Amino acid sequence: MSSIMRESHIMKIHYLTALVAVGFVIIHIMVRVMQGFSDSLLFDNVIANYKSIPYAIVLEAMLILISVHGFNGLRIILLEIKQGRVYENAVTYGCLAAMIILIAYGSRTIIMASMGMV
Amino acid sequence: MEKDRKEGIKGMANPGRYGIERVAYWLMRITGLGLLVYFIGHIYETSSLLDGKAAWNSMLELTQTTEGHIFLALVIGMCVFHTGNGIRLMIAEAGFGFGKARRPDYPYTPSSLNMKNKLCIYVSIGLAALAMMYGLGVMYDV
Amino acid sequence: MAAIFPVSSQEKHEKTKPSTKSITLRISKFNPGKDHATTFLEFPVSYEKWTTVLDAILEVKNYHDHSIGVRYSCRQAMCGSCGMIINGKPKLACFTKISELDSDVVTVEPMNNFPLIRDLVVGFERMFSTHKRIKPYIIREDSEISSGAKEFLQTPEDVEKYIQFSGCIKCGLCNSACPTMAVDSTFIGPQGLAQAYRYIADNRDQGKDERLRIIDERHGIWGCHFAGSCSQVCPKGVDPAMGIQLLRGYLLGYRK
Repeated sequence: MSSIMRESHIMKIHYLTALVAVGFVIIHIMVRVMQGFSDSLLFDNVIANYKSIPYAIVLEAMLILISVHGFNGLRIILLEIKQGRVYENAVTYGCLAAMIILIAYGSRTIIMASMGMV
Repeated sequence: MEKDRKEGIKGMANPGRYGIERVAYWLMRITGLGLLVYFIGHIYETSSLLDGKAAWNSMLELTQTTEGHIFLALVIGMCVFHTGNGIRLMIAEAGFGFGKARRPDYPYTPSSLNMKNKLCIYVSIGLAALAMMYGLGVMYDV
Repeated sequence: MAAIFPVSSQEKHEKTKPSTKSITLRISKFNPGKDHATTFLEFPVSYEKWTTVLDAILEVKNYHDHSIGVRYSCRQAMCGSCGMIINGKPKLACFTKISELDSDVVTVEPMNNFPLIRDLVVGFERMFSTHKRIKPYIIREDSEISSGAKEFLQTPEDVEKYIQFSGCIKCGLCNSACPTMAVDSTFIGPQGLAQAYRYIADNRDQGKDERLRIIDERHGIWGCHFAGSCSQVCPKGVDPAMGIQLLRGYLLGYRK
């Protein structure tokens, strides 16, 4: 990532994803609390939540934002622990790949559940 | 011949010796890593929806236990601390909240370690504790 | 004019009376060329309320063990030579009184996060080369010699913006306390970053963009996570953590 972008740009994304994600996490938690914690976990209720398009968009946005923020955070920690060109590139591209895989995996759940493919 | 005196991960992770700011640094790392682990687990957990009601219910049986609730309460605490302290860091890292640079006078109290910053750290820890208690209350329908 | 107060003979006697207090001074001994492991030599040292850790080390060196490796020069916190870990925290040995430590055992070790030369002496080459990398001098096209004005005037307010950071004596205590430096020796470190801010904040300087490019890289300014340990140990009130956060303001677009 660093070879593609300046570190300050990556950090701006890091801060921004954090701030926006906090807003979405609050919405996510509020929805669950308002439904009642136990009821919100019932299969039919969960599916109904996913079928609500605005809520599915919130979930998808949260998935992307937290993945970007989380894996960049992990990259920062791992780059500090050890140095070296090969290691640093492995960490950077490894985190990028893990982020993409997690987003793809989570999106699959959101898209399929919201389209009723369960 | 020289030998590197790098403290290593032990030195980086040691929260003691340098006051609450260093503890906050350590907590920020631990909570960040903890939340990432939870997030990956949560994505995996919710993917069981696609395998139908039985799979979802068996996943719930695994997570909706006392240990699961304690873990979730910890996640709530980690999330609140990480958010509170993260906002403090964002403000500080933008260069706000220190006042102006000035000629230092003995005994050199650093303005970057001012009370406002310390207070924000304590408030973040306090809010995390409250949120954990509230979360446990919600989970156990108290 | 200084006021003169009569001193009673009893007070005089108390002031000059040698202290009976003593501590055990534990000195880390390790020669990377010869030894396999660090050993601690222990010496009983008596002290007065004004005795510094450096005084105690030099007493041991002079009268007990000449082989102890220690670097020092000015003995007044000006030269930055005698930084070491004293009872677990980086401090200047000449600036730390034994009486302040409130401990019967004083352990001295070489600073962390530096290459060890011998005993209490660490190598500063890496820190100095990093310091050099951030261009620690005024950058501008004209000079005070060629300028028509002959000198670049600054108001007291202009000076206040950077004077705090110009007090750095390059003792390395901040780098020794920094948690990022503990694992990442390629990190510029609080010393270099605070000095980058010192020159950028100087209104005579025109090298801001050049320096920002140097620090805005993988092991640059973003390796600082504001743990504040550097500012806590700085013996000159430089407050590197503050300088670094102010410096970040330029990169985030809050400062021009």
